[in-house]
Amino acid sequence: MTTEVKKDITAVEPAQSWFVPVLLTWVAPGLGYFLLKSPERGAAMAAMSIVMFLLGLLMRGAFFEPQTGDLLTTVIYCGGWVANLANGCLYFLAKAFGYNSPDVAGHVVDYGTKFLVGSGLINILAMVDVFEIATRKKS
Amino acid sequence: MPKMALSHFEMAILFSLLTSVALGITGKTGRQEQIRYAAYCFGSFVLALFGLGWLMYFGHR
Repeated sequence: MTTEVKKDITAVEPAQSWFVPVLLTWVAPGLGYFLLKSPERGAAMAAMSIVMFLLGLLMRGAFFEPQTGDLLTTVIYCGGWVANLANGCLYFLAKAFGYNSPDVAGHVVDYGTKFLVGSGLINILAMVDVFEIATRKKS
Repeated sequence: MPKMALSHFEMAILFSLLTSVALGITGKTGRQEQIRYAAYCFGSFVLALFGLGWLMYFGHR
């Protein structure tokens, strides 16, 4: 009886530290999954995030800059900026290469801005997923 | 850098497709369930797209 209980305890793998995989997922979309030995999931999430980001750039979407004012302005601009930042290295690379598209009127640019935000939100979703896998809340 | 110019509908479908796949991957475990959930999300996006499109069309008449 005692031996069986001991076996069961040792069979359960301890939860890994979630910090490094989550940080890696933020820095490079999908990378944290590779650390947690889910390469297929990582590749698919990276592909979705990167494709959406690149489409956003091709549509000349604008990056948000944090602005404060009334509640709606604060939520939209600060929220959009946080979502842009969630793209990690993609955002910083685009900034480093001098991407700075003005926010002009038109449905293509407008969709581009939404694609850039959407890409960041997908990466946040990936970070939450990686956190759940690392803490064994999800297989 | 080339500029991409698609219609409203094409861009909305593209956005729905990419988001649905991401939701399918993170929302469920198991390949079949993930595919089914992604398809469900995509269908919901398209349904909402058409529904809101018609709503706006009648709203502007």
